[in-house]
Amino acid sequence: MGLKEDVQNTLGELALDFLECQGDLSVTVPKDKIVDALTKLRDDLGFDFLSDVFGVDNSAFYEKLAKAKAKKKKGEEDKKEEEPQGPPPPRFEVIYLLLSLETNRRLAVKVKVPEDDLVVDSVTSLWRAADWPEREVFDMFGIKFKGHHNLKRLLMWDEFPAHPLRKDYPLEGQGEERIMEYNDND
Amino acid sequence: MAFQAYGGEGWLLTKLEQLINWGRKRSPWPLPYGTACCGIEMMAALASGYDLARFGAERPSFSPRQADVLIQAGTITKKMVPVFKRIYDQMAEPKWVISMGACACSGGVFRTYSTLQGIDLVVPVDVYVPGCPPRPEGLIYALLKLIEKIEKDHPLRKKAAEIGIGG
Repeated sequence: MGLKEDVQNTLGELALDFLECQGDLSVTVPKDKIVDALTKLRDDLGFDFLSDVFGVDNSAFYEKLAKAKAKKKKGEEDKKEEEPQGPPPPRFEVIYLLLSLETNRRLAVKVKVPEDDLVVDSVTSLWRAADWPEREVFDMFGIKFKGHHNLKRLLMWDEFPAHPLRKDYPLEGQGEERIMEYNDND
Repeated sequence: MAFQAYGGEGWLLTKLEQLINWGRKRSPWPLPYGTACCGIEMMAALASGYDLARFGAERPSFSPRQADVLIQAGTITKKMVPVFKRIYDQMAEPKWVISMGACACSGGVFRTYSTLQGIDLVVPVDVYVPGCPPRPEGLIYALLKLIEKIEKDHPLRKKAAEIGIGG
């Protein structure tokens, strides 16, 4: 049986969406069910190793997509297709890369995180390895992980005022400097 | 420095400043601060193949208190700036700084929010070594340039001006 069927059977209705690209499978699960889904994948399917956790800011990608769509519409005005105007797609994604050490299969699990609700449940209770990657995601994107025991910045210094991997943050920064705090007498 | 010996008795004619410089230029003890690939080249320069000790940099000092030349080899991130500045401040006078490699000189390819765009924003630099990373020969050349600079220094006159005597 293929990996996709296995995951579908294990997750049931938790699997919202599948994407297969270059032979790699990724599955989207609801944001509030991430711990349930990963527990099932770990205990039932043997995905016992968490390779990485990282965030994605899709805002630039969505903008590009919208522009391309508008251009296409201009070209084919006679068709007059009305796109369904739903709420905008969630801006952020958190992606968990899983590996099964026994069967050597890999799986990416995604949760979509809208901008107005930047809280995801922490999976540090399942894998201690999620500790630093979740801190990095918090540092770079400002996504908070509920239940994380020590959620502070991993790479930037504590007082850093922004989240630098967001697409609206300029590459060369906004002139943040780390302030020196030490006495001459030390 | 004039140095002559007539017959059996030798004598030495010099100025105190030149004597000080002579001592300083022959013992520029480096403080290696390797943070990136430049650090590897610096290690090569210090090791037996190139042997920086030939020029008086005999003892790489891992304590800033007993070092003369800070060799900054590699990238300095903004997060590290206070540490770096503190280490520079802990060095005893006289002290010099060699900025080794593109990152230390100007930030190099890392023109980003997290990287210091040149260590001369934080500490005064005496010699810049371009390259990414520079070969050990580059670092040796920089040290020779620094020795030239030390030779031309006026330590006593500078000190006198500092405390406000003489001219």
